[in-house]
Amino acid sequence: MTSVTETPGLAMSRINPGAIIRWTILFIGGVLMVTPLLYMFSTSLKTPGQIYDLRLIPAEPTLANYIEVLREGDFMRWFINSSIVAVVVTLSNLFFDSLVGYTLAKFKFRGRRFVFIAILSTLMIPTEMLVIPWYLMSAQFGWLDTYWGIMFPGMTTAFGTFLMKQFFETVPDDFLEAARIDGMNEFTIWWKIAMPLVTPALSALAIFTFLGNWTAFFWPLIVTTSKELYTLPIGLTSFAVEQAIRWEMIMTGAALATIPTLVIFLVLQRFIVRGVMLAGLKG
Amino acid sequence: MVHPTSSDTVPTHPIRPAPRLSMRTRSALWVWGFLAIPVLFYCVIRFYPTFNAFWLSLTDWDLMSEAEFIGFENYRRMFADPDFWQTFRNTFEYLVFGTPISLLIAFVVAYYLDRVRFAHNFLRALYFMPYITTAAAMAWVWRWFYQPPPTGLINSALGEMGFGQIEFLGSTSNALPAIMVTAIWAGLGFQIIIFMAGLRAIPDTYYEAARIDGLGEWTILRKITLPLLKPTTVFLVVFISIAFLRIFDQVYNMTTNDPGGPLGTTEPLVLMIYQTAFSSYDMGYAAAQTVVLFTILLVVSLLQLWILRDRA
Repeated sequence: MTSVTETPGLAMSRINPGAIIRWTILFIGGVLMVTPLLYMFSTSLKTPGQIYDLRLIPAEPTLANYIEVLREGDFMRWFINSSIVAVVVTLSNLFFDSLVGYTLAKFKFRGRRFVFIAILSTLMIPTEMLVIPWYLMSAQFGWLDTYWGIMFPGMTTAFGTFLMKQFFETVPDDFLEAARIDGMNEFTIWWKIAMPLVTPALSALAIFTFLGNWTAFFWPLIVTTSKELYTLPIGLTSFAVEQAIRWEMIMTGAALATIPTLVIFLVLQRFIVRGVMLAGLKG
Repeated sequence: MVHPTSSDTVPTHPIRPAPRLSMRTRSALWVWGFLAIPVLFYCVIRFYPTFNAFWLSLTDWDLMSEAEFIGFENYRRMFADPDFWQTFRNTFEYLVFGTPISLLIAFVVAYYLDRVRFAHNFLRALYFMPYITTAAAMAWVWRWFYQPPPTGLINSALGEMGFGQIEFLGSTSNALPAIMVTAIWAGLGFQIIIFMAGLRAIPDTYYEAARIDGLGEWTILRKITLPLLKPTTVFLVVFISIAFLRIFDQVYNMTTNDPGGPLGTTEPLVLMIYQTAFSSYDMGYAAAQTVVLFTILLVVSLLQLWILRDRA
């Protein structure tokens, strides 16, 4: 045993000029990182005459821009569209990714390796390559400009399936065997016994899928053509283009698009950071 | 006396409704029952479109008339097209400058942030927050920052400090770096967290042993931390590279008045694909461009596997 290891407590109580300087530099860097967010909110609270004022705190903060944007734009509609799309896709991924991940992790069957490699290989295929066929398919089946059209490409993903498989592999077989002896059917075993044992992975998957779909841009841009079907990012872009140089309005729109994810982040910060670490290490 | 016993009416095994399925068969039925919908999904939504994209890349098709098979004509046209090569160069400029800059900043921040105890979560949140914002929304904020004076924040600040103005998005030489900064900024939070997770995964015993041996901080970093962090670093290099090769949201939103401009100097491959397919409706040519993108991404991913091969 070493007697003089630096424990965090000791390091903090000792006044160390180097540590203070490092902390200060890190703090300044962090403030720089959120500066675009701060100025976005600040400008959204300013009148058109004040936007050339560089001060961060508006002289006379006003919510007039928000009232105007919400009245003029279809932000509420886009907010609802984004919510529907993100929630449905997330639920679908939680169900199918974990069902397939569980099957691949816990059943021995002919073709298991083949199915696994086939699914994994789709990770190599970029979305950009698939959008043209998806677009043609959507045109043929009448999916263009519908919720289903926005959602169908992401209903299950190889990344999520792989993540869930990794976690189900840590579930002991004895648990499942015991349930089998009790006469439970396989679906109930998965749903009632295995799923509750992997909730950290499920919450990480849920957060990723939700945020990913909430901020998705490329495919929704292609598949939606009418304003009523835009998701929030696409709606914001069309709104910003219309507003041209009214930056206080554009900043208000950007703020409206950003607030939901920021709220989610502030509430679930711990889960999100842990989820990123989990997925980054396992995935 | 006749008793109607069970043995009179039914054969020796009273309950035998149907021939029993063996355990194996039943298990297989469950397995394929679970996999049926996902397997169908992968076939229809992933594999068929992949082959379809390859096929389309060999056709000439404007959606109006029938697709016409033209062999490798799209590829010949692409490789002879100076616009394609400009786009190709732009994409690699994002990649070649964006990846090392992101990696360096992310590592330095993670390295020091990992050891901060005071207000650790707060500092981490500051760095992470940009990552969970909507790229489209933040692209407009940065676009505003880059405006000429008196509108743009950066130029106004430079003006107050007595410096001359800088043309950002209107300049053929500055627009790409300006957009790249936005993309770097948006990705850092994720990379910092991943680096921190990698740093945590290094067992303390290595550091303790190094300290007993009297190694300095710089030596520990070079001889212990960086080598043990290699898997994390390789993962991030590939992850960031792929993100830059696929850059779109920022470029699209920051150049809506002249997509990929000025003079195509900011246009990445994905924007070219988008415009070829959904502005010109030149589906075959666009498909050929996606095949090129796919090939580049495949090479990058295989390089990762090759670099990490000895660890498997």
